[in-house]
Amino acid sequence: MKVAFMSEPVLSLRDVRLSLQGNAGPVDILRGVTLDIDPGISVGLVGPSGSGKSSLLMLMGGLERATGGTITALGQDLTALGEDGLARFRRANMGVVFQSFHLIPTMTALENVATPLELAGARDALARARAELHAVGLAAREDHYPAQLSGGEQQRVALARASVSRPRILLADEPTGNLDEANGQAIMRLLFDLRDRHGATLILVTHAPELAAACDRIVRLRDGRIDAGLRAAAE
Amino acid sequence: MTLAVAARLARRELRGGLRGFRIFLACLALGVAAIAAVGLVKSSIQAGLEREGAALLGGDAQARFTYRFARPEERAWLEKNALRVSETVNFRSMAVAGPAGEEERALTQIRAVDDLYPLVGRAKLAPDIPLAQALAGHNGRPGAVMERALVDRLDLQTGDHFRLGTQEFVLGAVLIRYPDNGSGGFGLGPRTIVLLDDLADSGLLVEGTLFNSEYRIDLPPEADLDALQAEIEVEFAQSGMDWRDARRGADGAERFIDRLGSFLVLIGLSGLAVGGVGVSAAVRAWLAGRVETVATLRTLGATGAMIFQVYFLQVAVISVLGIVIGLVLGAAIPLALAGVITASLPIPAAFALYPLPLIEAALYGALTALIFTLWPLARVEDIRAATLFRDAFAAGRLLPRARYLIATALLVGALVGAAILFSGTLWLTLSTLGGIAGALVLLVLAAAGARWLAQRLRPRAVGRPGLRLALAAIGARGGETTSVVLSLGLGLSVLAAVGQIDGNLRAAIVEELPLEAPSYFFVDIQPDQIAAFRDRVENDPAVHRTESAPMLRGIITQINGRPAAEVAGNSWVIRGDRGVTYSADPPPGTTITQGQWWPADYVGEPLVSFSEEEALEIGLAIGDTVTVNILGREITARVASFRVVNFETAGIGFVLSMNPAALAGAPHSWIATVYSTPQAEGPILRDLADAFPNITAIRIRDAVEQVARIVAGISSATRYGAGATLVTGFLVLMGAAAAGNRARLFESAVLRTLGATRGAMLWSFALRAALLGLAAGAVALTAGLLGGWAVMTFVMDTDFAVIWPNALGVVLGGMMVTMLAGLVFAWPSLSARPAQVLRARE
Repeated sequence: MKVAFMSEPVLSLRDVRLSLQGNAGPVDILRGVTLDIDPGISVGLVGPSGSGKSSLLMLMGGLERATGGTITALGQDLTALGEDGLARFRRANMGVVFQSFHLIPTMTALENVATPLELAGARDALARARAELHAVGLAAREDHYPAQLSGGEQQRVALARASVSRPRILLADEPTGNLDEANGQAIMRLLFDLRDRHGATLILVTHAPELAAACDRIVRLRDGRIDAGLRAAAE
Repeated sequence: MTLAVAARLARRELRGGLRGFRIFLACLALGVAAIAAVGLVKSSIQAGLEREGAALLGGDAQARFTYRFARPEERAWLEKNALRVSETVNFRSMAVAGPAGEEERALTQIRAVDDLYPLVGRAKLAPDIPLAQALAGHNGRPGAVMERALVDRLDLQTGDHFRLGTQEFVLGAVLIRYPDNGSGGFGLGPRTIVLLDDLADSGLLVEGTLFNSEYRIDLPPEADLDALQAEIEVEFAQSGMDWRDARRGADGAERFIDRLGSFLVLIGLSGLAVGGVGVSAAVRAWLAGRVETVATLRTLGATGAMIFQVYFLQVAVISVLGIVIGLVLGAAIPLALAGVITASLPIPAAFALYPLPLIEAALYGALTALIFTLWPLARVEDIRAATLFRDAFAAGRLLPRARYLIATALLVGALVGAAILFSGTLWLTLSTLGGIAGALVLLVLAAAGARWLAQRLRPRAVGRPGLRLALAAIGARGGETTSVVLSLGLGLSVLAAVGQIDGNLRAAIVEELPLEAPSYFFVDIQPDQIAAFRDRVENDPAVHRTESAPMLRGIITQINGRPAAEVAGNSWVIRGDRGVTYSADPPPGTTITQGQWWPADYVGEPLVSFSEEEALEIGLAIGDTVTVNILGREITARVASFRVVNFETAGIGFVLSMNPAALAGAPHSWIATVYSTPQAEGPILRDLADAFPNITAIRIRDAVEQVARIVAGISSATRYGAGATLVTGFLVLMGAAAAGNRARLFESAVLRTLGATRGAMLWSFALRAALLGLAAGAVALTAGLLGGWAVMTFVMDTDFAVIWPNALGVVLGGMMVTMLAGLVFAWPSLSARPAQVLRARE
């Protein structure tokens, strides 16, 4: 914990709010979240359904726009960036893993993994993607399309895709939510293994207690706010 | 019982509204509307021609003689049967106006009339005065009326003087409309109407002048048209009299409209075929969204047949709705525009709600909907209950069950049969539908080829994710490639073919022909003038070539003693009158292909040399006899030789040439062609017209331009037809783009999560659309060039050259349109936040 105080936080949120337009008027999803996340640690965002965990993660990744407050990632104010600025920032610094994998169905496993490198203009994209697939145990599946892979395999491809460009921040939204226990365990191991090997900051949303327990820090949300009662314990 | 249950289930499903069916409805409605509209206009024109048959003919019936007036016995027969007989004479001449030395000359079709003209209807003049008043003349000069084009050309005002031959006339009024215009066909010059008696001193209408006389008659109400026609055929069978009654007042125009209308309906069918592609895609997408419902019905015990019925009934209801919308539009638009259409047509049209074209359009719509929805519908039978538990749709069957294949074949047969029946032309229908089917097959192959190529090229797109994404989307199974290539390709193919045919025809008519064509045709040169005429033109250094020949006109009435129509069918050679000439020696450059030319001093049995191509067409052989009616005299000649006649050079070409003795004594005139430099054309015309006021000069360039204008009119009508196909194609394209929108939205969200900028995504979408448009355009180009080449080579019998600007325009147009449709739908996906899109997927 002391280490965290000694260095700049990788992510710093100040009074972050998010309102979305629902059928019956605006719905307040986040109601003023203030949070600092130190480099290199793993953080588990937990809370009941609808508490705003996934929305908070999306805001951290610049995939959603806050209606109020500021979000600073690696010293960059994300709220000041446009859509393309955010895309470039993610390309350089972030990897995202989703519960539903979100692989591009018309591309092979290898092509899916190579895409972020190619977007960044890397010349050795395919070779690095191949190595990353090897690292997640899918060397034999590189020419398969997402539809030809099992759920666990798809999530491993998604993990490889998120980590191939060695991002400093790895965001994972319920990465084991759609998987059976065995596959969930395997993905969990891989996730932490990647974090350990590359020294990224890992922030994940999860309902799985064992996954949350494996994190250095737990942030619990309730009704769009950080649950103050548990905050101290978590820190 | 099952059908009742199926109907109940179908009704419940339809309560969900017409979402997902908008493109289906639009495609079907547009296709049906186009066909209904064309059919309705065609029927209206036909009804107009029928209704105004008497006015178009200018009487209840008409007897027409070529090159002569009616003989006393013919005139007597007409007087006996008619209430009134009105005599008119038609011929071409030159109208001359302006001060001496600066005269303007223009070709005109003269109609010389009697006091009774017109028997039916009235001539409309500007100022609006009676024809008799305008023709009464002024200060001893007879009056005349002229069409506006001629008045402007000669720079005349009402009251000004002009000359026809040697007779001076005063312009009484401008001729706006006259009743019997429908039977006149396409004249080479604007019309002038004068009184026949006023031409007595004009020097025109002398022996040998090329003219025809028409006798229009009023018949008593009880007259039996059939009986009269039968009597004519017996009494005047060999006289060369052309008899026509009000039932076919504008025969040529009617045939032309019928053909053009049928062709446009067939082009409309291509639009319906494109619409069918959209309908098929819409049904497939709709059924894909119903998989869970179908699987649930299966779980609850529904049989395959029951499920087919449930969805077939829904599609049937939507189809009927689409067809009804199409019929309403197809009927309403022509009726609403009736005034505009009537005003722009040179022939009458009686707009009304004719049932036949609407039935035709509805039938085509229903058959197309059935043909294009049967296969996707057949697949619902293959959805299993297990689909609910496993993601197991698409049960691998490539073709539907045999009964659906047979049904499809029968439906296609019914469509072709209906098209042949309605159009009334077997070959036009089969070749047009064959062309459309060929283009469709080509397009399906091209779509498959594009997908295959995209799959092969994709691995090479390393480091270019935008390109790879585009190639991946094109290569994907069940993606939009086939829909886009088909929908756009067919419309573009028709447009490309029309463009190539039109361009080639114009090139053949306007650009190439005049290079080897004469500057002027001179007609009505009297035999005593020909020596002086030749002397003038042959000694002019600006003239590099002249030809002249005696000219008579005759109708081939018999071949080997049998009526010509029995032997030669409907050949143009025996339809109407043909030019006949005579010559002691074969003209220079003549190629005799069979038989022999007669000796120069031959005086025996009449002999004829026949144009080889036409002789073979009507089945003539050397030694056969041909009977030709010339000025009412029957001349039977034996075919002595065949020779090559080239009608394409616009030089002098006669199908029939006889030995001089055969035609001795027959009054005739000469025709001549003069080939000169364009600069010399004016002075030569002035000189010759001054020296020989009775002769008529036809400027070839003017005649050619007149023909070119007619071709242009037909092309633009066809272009409108192709336009309807293109609009339908665009609708299908929008449908395909809309269907692919979900996938695009997702791809865009994921790639932006991975760091792709919006510019990069836009580039990828544009690239994908452009590549698809390129594929469609390339096929359209191939199909268009093939179609154009086939028509020019086999139908027009002339050379084909690729019109590149048009060809490239089609390909570029295809790319632009696809890009436009693609980007319109891609834009929202770029502005949506990735988080929202991805969350909605979870």
